[in-house]
Amino acid sequence: MITRRSILALTGATILATTPMIAQAQDWQPRKPIDFVIMAGPGGGADQIARYIQSVAEQKDLTNRPLVPNNKGGGSGAEALIHVSGASDPDHTILVTLNSFFTTPLRQENLGIDIQAFTPVAMMGVDPFVLWVHKDSGITTFDDYVAKVKEMGGEYVMGGTGAGQEDSIVIAFMSGAYDLDIKYIPYDGGGAVAKDLAGQQIMASVNNPAEAKGFYEAGDFTPLLAFSDERMPAYPDVPTIKELGHDFSYYNQRAVVGAPGMSDEAAAYYQTLFTEIYNSDEWQSYLTSESLSPLWMDASEQRDYWALQVENHQKLLAALGE
Amino acid sequence: MEVLSLLADGMLLSLQPLNLMMILIGVTVGLFIGAMPGLGSVNGVAILLPVTFLVPPGSAIIFLAAIYYGAMYGGAISSITLGIPGASTAVATTFDGRPLARQGKASLALVTAALASFVGGTVANILFTLFAPILATVALSFGPPEVFALMLLAFATFVGLGGDDIPKTVFSICFGLVLGAVGFDQISGAPRLVLFDYNGFLQGIGFLVLAIGVYGIGEMFWTIEQTRGDVTTTTPKMTAKGMAADTKEATKRGWKGTMIGSFLGFFVGILPAAGATPGSLMSYGVAKMVSRRPAEFGKGHPDGVAAPEAANNSASTGSMLPMLTLGIPGSPTTAILLGGMVIWGLVPGPRLFVDETEFVWGLIGSFYISNLAAVLMNLAFIPVFIWMLRMPFTILAPMIFVLSIAGGYAATRDMFDIWLMVGFGLGAFFLRKFDYPLAPAVLAIVLGPIAEPTLRQSLLLSSGDPSIFFTRPVAGPITIIALILIFLPGIKLVRRMRDKRKEPA
Repeated sequence: MITRRSILALTGATILATTPMIAQAQDWQPRKPIDFVIMAGPGGGADQIARYIQSVAEQKDLTNRPLVPNNKGGGSGAEALIHVSGASDPDHTILVTLNSFFTTPLRQENLGIDIQAFTPVAMMGVDPFVLWVHKDSGITTFDDYVAKVKEMGGEYVMGGTGAGQEDSIVIAFMSGAYDLDIKYIPYDGGGAVAKDLAGQQIMASVNNPAEAKGFYEAGDFTPLLAFSDERMPAYPDVPTIKELGHDFSYYNQRAVVGAPGMSDEAAAYYQTLFTEIYNSDEWQSYLTSESLSPLWMDASEQRDYWALQVENHQKLLAALGE
Repeated sequence: MEVLSLLADGMLLSLQPLNLMMILIGVTVGLFIGAMPGLGSVNGVAILLPVTFLVPPGSAIIFLAAIYYGAMYGGAISSITLGIPGASTAVATTFDGRPLARQGKASLALVTAALASFVGGTVANILFTLFAPILATVALSFGPPEVFALMLLAFATFVGLGGDDIPKTVFSICFGLVLGAVGFDQISGAPRLVLFDYNGFLQGIGFLVLAIGVYGIGEMFWTIEQTRGDVTTTTPKMTAKGMAADTKEATKRGWKGTMIGSFLGFFVGILPAAGATPGSLMSYGVAKMVSRRPAEFGKGHPDGVAAPEAANNSASTGSMLPMLTLGIPGSPTTAILLGGMVIWGLVPGPRLFVDETEFVWGLIGSFYISNLAAVLMNLAFIPVFIWMLRMPFTILAPMIFVLSIAGGYAATRDMFDIWLMVGFGLGAFFLRKFDYPLAPAVLAIVLGPIAEPTLRQSLLLSSGDPSIFFTRPVAGPITIIALILIFLPGIKLVRRMRDKRKEPA
């Protein structure tokens, strides 16, 4: 134990597991409110999660200074990445990410963002995607849906959060696999997409369950197809695209990362904090009720995961022609 | 009437000692947070959210709603007395509130603001109580083409005003639109107009930065220049008799604006894209348009204070509607309330009205009580605010400057915004010297970022065919009215010129 700590002090390595750092976490405490940046606009999945996390931290009094949510969704999260990269106080700046953490730097190389420079904090879970239609469309199965899209001949309208964003990757795969011609309207967040599906301004959407759940429970939305590895417990009757013979699944990461240049002590503090939030009953029940899958990783595993995701998204975006 | 008994239960709930205390504290805190430039209901609710975990959910949301209400009233105070918009929702209040204060009629402006806010809140509450589920459907029927048509109408009310110099108004709108386009493009995600490749521009130009720059700092320069710096602004008196007279005048000259603001504000508030700031700006435009003396607007007309104030209160109740019924926040403040509700174990959305009857009606009941508490509190504090105005301008000017800087910084915590704000202040001063109206630029920076993506979404929907704005049942009539309003002054101008040419012949 002693040697391990002295190595830590010597090298300043961030690669060690979180457990031995708990003792150290007491050393560093935030001295001012924590800038809790969200890579998306208000109302969508990432925003809901960030506000839930903030509320859990407040309710259980886990931090001596508050987490202050700060929505910076502009430019598919580029606004947030630049804000956090240039943070004047990296020890008090953390970011709630989604997959645009991988795709935005790939699509906009001129931003000069290197995601490996960020500090891993916690992987809170991964969020699956589901294809939804409005109940009044009369479509009840994925086969109906495919038939309807083909019949409309390019006039079938779907909404999403923008080209190169998570849902557009899913829609692109689905369109390719089933030879569908879809008109895609970009919105500024998953919440706005779900609202316009409820108002039938668009005909279908690929939303996270958390974003569509309210409308589903009210009977307005019908889920047709899930893009998860297995059927979701909350939607046992909804088939996965894997069952239909396509080896594809896609999840949105719900992770928290620290600003580049965050000190090891601060990183350890946040890792301990979010481990605690992750293990809380509140978060565990949120994972269940909102159909998220757990995917716990320590700091070094997160870095490997980032590298893998960047590689995967490079391929996906290339296939999209981005 | 089932609704009435539910409402009565709700009101009784909010009159319980704990809840009543929450309302009184919330309204008072909100009043002061709203009056502080830069701090608005968003900040108030965000800062105090943690406090609410100490009380049951019902009391907690009542507390937050009371802050929200108080802040809507409070925003008008610094807009009128200092000329600095207290919150983004109160920017339109400076247009006429400040001139009234300069004429020594600050008490009239404050009384008008308080009464209009009260009426706006009450109208909104009644609409909310009676028609919540129906109105939720209305909000849903507004897709991108409808929202764009509405934005077009808002611009039209500013262009199509007689009296103003139209080319200068159009210039001002275009200037605001360009500023609103700075930053990331929502549709493609690409950065635009990032001047000098400076990163500060990437996050766009904040509306409050422009508004505080123009109205706080610009106004200060203007006053110094006009008066050569040696004035004691005004010496308003405050007596019970004066207040009664003000109430009478406010009712007489502000009722029209109040009515417009109450209904229009509520309607704009329930649209998830908009919120109280666009609602108050639009109401100001409409009030000016239908007024018999539009030329008096901007120079101190009570209707010009009443319309935006009625609208921002009305819209704040309105924006609760999409939050509660659809789970979609209608304004930044409701986005934070939404977060609070989730942790209290309430699921906002279509089921809330059915599953959580007691909570919903307790909240609605508290709207009524909060509104009443806020107006009484506000009226009681007016003499204090008036007293502030008695200070000599040599003391007031540095105070305005410091408050403006602090207010500009509070929103984004970025020094860059402060330089930008001072720049806007100087720019506004010179534009004003050349008689350019600045309100349209402020309107454009708020509405531009709503109008642009909806325009592009609509055209994507129709594959580039603009007839989509005319053929849809709701969008069509709105677009046509907007276009008539835009071209009306032009047609009048052409006709007048033709008449002139005929006369000598």
